[in-house]
Amino acid sequence: MSDDAAIVKEFLIESYENLDRLDQDLVVLEKDPANRDTLASIFRTIHTIKGTSGFLAFNQLEAVTHAGETLLSRLRDGLLPLTAEITTALLAMVDAVREMLKSIEASGKEGERNDQDLIAMLARLLEPQDVGPPSEALPAKTEPGANPSGRPVPNLGEILIKRGSAKVSDVHAAVEQQKAGDPRHVGEILVENGAVKSQDIIEALNAQQHARAHSASDSTIRIDVGQLDRLMNRVGELVLLRNQIVQYANSTEDSELLGTSQRLNLLTTELQEGVMKTRMQPIGNIWSKFPRTVRDVALGCGKQVRIEMEGKETELDKTIIEAIKDPLTHLVRNAVDHGMETPELRRAAGKDPEGCLSLRAFHEGGQVIIEVDDDGAGLDCEKLRTKAIQKGLITPDQASRMGDREISNLIFLPGFSTAEKVTSVSGRGVGMDVVKTHIERIGGTVDVQSKPGNGCTVRMKIPLTLAIIPALIVTTAGDRYAVPQVSLLELVRLEGEHARRGIETISGAPVHRLRGRLLPLVYLNRALKVGRDVRDSALCAGILSAGAESQNVNIVVLRADDRQFGLVVDEINDTEEIVVKPLSKQLKSINIYAGATIMGDGKVALILDVPGLAQHSNVLGDMRDRAVKKEEGRHSTAVADTHQCKPMLLFQYGETGRMAIDLALVARLEEFHRDAIEAAGDQEAVQYRGQIMPLVRVSHVLENRRRMISENKQEALQVVVYIDKGRSVGLVVDRILDIVEESFLIQPETGRGGVLGSAVIQKRVIDILDAPSLLAAALPSQAPAGAQT
Amino acid sequence: MTVTRRFCTFFLGDQLFGVAVDQVQEVIQHQEMTRVPLVPEVIRGLINLRGQIVMVVDLRRRLRIGESIPGASPINVVVRSKEGPVSLLVDRIGDVVEVNEETAEVPPHTLEADIRILIAGVHKLDQGLMHVLNTEKAFESLERAGGSLSPLHQPRR
Repeated sequence: MSDDAAIVKEFLIESYENLDRLDQDLVVLEKDPANRDTLASIFRTIHTIKGTSGFLAFNQLEAVTHAGETLLSRLRDGLLPLTAEITTALLAMVDAVREMLKSIEASGKEGERNDQDLIAMLARLLEPQDVGPPSEALPAKTEPGANPSGRPVPNLGEILIKRGSAKVSDVHAAVEQQKAGDPRHVGEILVENGAVKSQDIIEALNAQQHARAHSASDSTIRIDVGQLDRLMNRVGELVLLRNQIVQYANSTEDSELLGTSQRLNLLTTELQEGVMKTRMQPIGNIWSKFPRTVRDVALGCGKQVRIEMEGKETELDKTIIEAIKDPLTHLVRNAVDHGMETPELRRAAGKDPEGCLSLRAFHEGGQVIIEVDDDGAGLDCEKLRTKAIQKGLITPDQASRMGDREISNLIFLPGFSTAEKVTSVSGRGVGMDVVKTHIERIGGTVDVQSKPGNGCTVRMKIPLTLAIIPALIVTTAGDRYAVPQVSLLELVRLEGEHARRGIETISGAPVHRLRGRLLPLVYLNRALKVGRDVRDSALCAGILSAGAESQNVNIVVLRADDRQFGLVVDEINDTEEIVVKPLSKQLKSINIYAGATIMGDGKVALILDVPGLAQHSNVLGDMRDRAVKKEEGRHSTAVADTHQCKPMLLFQYGETGRMAIDLALVARLEEFHRDAIEAAGDQEAVQYRGQIMPLVRVSHVLENRRRMISENKQEALQVVVYIDKGRSVGLVVDRILDIVEESFLIQPETGRGGVLGSAVIQKRVIDILDAPSLLAAALPSQAPAGAQT
Repeated sequence: MTVTRRFCTFFLGDQLFGVAVDQVQEVIQHQEMTRVPLVPEVIRGLINLRGQIVMVVDLRRRLRIGESIPGASPINVVVRSKEGPVSLLVDRIGDVVEVNEETAEVPPHTLEADIRILIAGVHKLDQGLMHVLNTEKAFESLERAGGSLSPLHQPRR
């Protein structure tokens, strides 16, 4: 009895796998009815299921697959052309088979079913509907390679050449002859042509048979996932133990222990990698269902869509594969249902009536990027804007300040749907927000980019695995916390003087200027409400006690949801591979912890959930803040042809003047003390990186006057270092304001030297600096060099 | 026929409590805990129990019996729950006692509601009254408390 159960189980597992491939094969076949390999593979799958179900006495299943097999054999023999109707019927058969398998899995029986209609339909289709020349529908191809394992089986020609039985040219000639319409096998043609002895053909066929059998044979085994999970847990424990031993060994003088622990270290790492690998699955496993999905949805809404896949073999941890399956399916359905236009509309827009949905997956920086890209209509930003205002998600004022990309990403807000009509697949306003939640739950991010008229791209960044992750260990108020490395951008340490001056406040909110860009700061101890708050509030208020001055500031620059923020911690320890352990349910409601881990010394440390922490600290802000952030210009926006969109550095000159310079032209932002300025003739200069860097006061040039240095009250000079022909020139400005990245249109201006024109940036008219002409005016001696740049 | 049950007992101050023996996984000495900021103060922290991370609940705080004496090393009574093991901090451990239904009483209604749900019953023993702790309820209510007390409990976008 248990033997039977085992056989049935084996049968189910195998059949499920085959069915998944079948869906895909049938859709491929519909596109390419001449593909005999695919047809042969479909036939074989159904044949196997039929055979086994007969053996296991699943009669209903046998009857249905028998009818399907009969139809398939006609197709295979070229007696019938493949029509959409036949494909639909075959897909229906696959569905019926799948239902029966489910029922068998659940109850051991096929269930009460009536498949007479289906069987009758399959039988009816055996009669040619509109008679076309079948030989044309199915031109003969070489060996219908029976290759269930997917491994390449050498074809006959290759074997013959390899064995030295045939010459390359003869085989080529035979294959050509076959392509030209000769219905015989390559082997037959070769023998007929006298190129090869029939004995050789037989031997070669045997070899091929052997290769085929071998490739299909048990070079793989099936393992229960639970077993793998347990193994994974054990390895997790081992990693922790290893960490403890390595830590202990490093604290002793015992060289033998050190050596042993090093070997243990290496071995554990290898073991861990090996086990992780067993859990990796190619993303193609879930993609394989999509051709069918796309076909069904497209058929349902009268569209023509083909699907293209790139990077099917990209591997992800099994748990992640499972977690992204539903969101991905939703995105695919959505893209077909919403994104694609009808063939008529596409034709009218001058596009191929058949839309193309591309799925792409690839590795990037320790993460996997998955893109769902359609060439449909794209998002209608105006409609989104109106809708968002209507729904009260943003105010008209905010809407007007938001760029297209920001607007596009509104679709991820709960309750947002722009579909005119609700269809069975989309338009209910649920979905995209769920997609985002699901992706974020596994530590991924998602965003959408729309190319109006040319479709849109949804891009997901997914971590490779969840079980063991690299993390940065930090200490705050005596406790250690782990920060997942995926969120980590860089570490900044401010010492002494810099610690005191490096942190400024905007109405109480601490910020740090990181390469000229304002980085909002979050004090971990304040966010967590633990210890040592006095110093930080003093820091924030800008009043520091004498003792605090010596304190250094450690900033961990993190990324959350496309934003950056600096996490201020007491100490930055080290990076470590940590094993993520879930927190008990009672602690899960607090979303700033992603879990906990056990450190090398056996103590528990909490893992910070960076997006959650950012949200808790209001770094991400609400919609209003987002709009303001937008002004700060973190996001690039879609560029209209006449507009420019590049990062610009905004600065102030004189008392009120504001100007922008293309950031690409800026080498560095520096600050020089007044005492550092030397005068070479009447030219001010500083020593900078072993060179004399001339200083040009932007306000003087533009306001066409020269003031003495002493006039300037400022102690420190803000200098924009501009590289001109390999030489640094310092543009002295009065204040660095911001770096913006938004689309703008330059109105050219010829009247003033040093000014390229003006543009509306951040809702203000701002002059754009023409550095070469400014330098030409300021440094006449270097005019030729400056003017050419 | 009377059904007898065995309880593992422990003290908070001089009050006697009991947890059904089959619910108790183990009793361990005081361990250094990792505090979890921003959670209700009833949750004292996390400990590493042979590679498993276990939440420690301060039973004194939960039952509002006042803080333990500074410097005391409370004992961890690790009990099984649906969510895996949870440790209860108690002052000291008592004997395993065998009681039958006859000595049981329902807790008086004068107890505050959120504490009363934790007490499944009271047994009148020679050495005093033993409060039978309903551990599962204790963690359930904790979760609710965790949810409402926490300033962080906002839906994430």
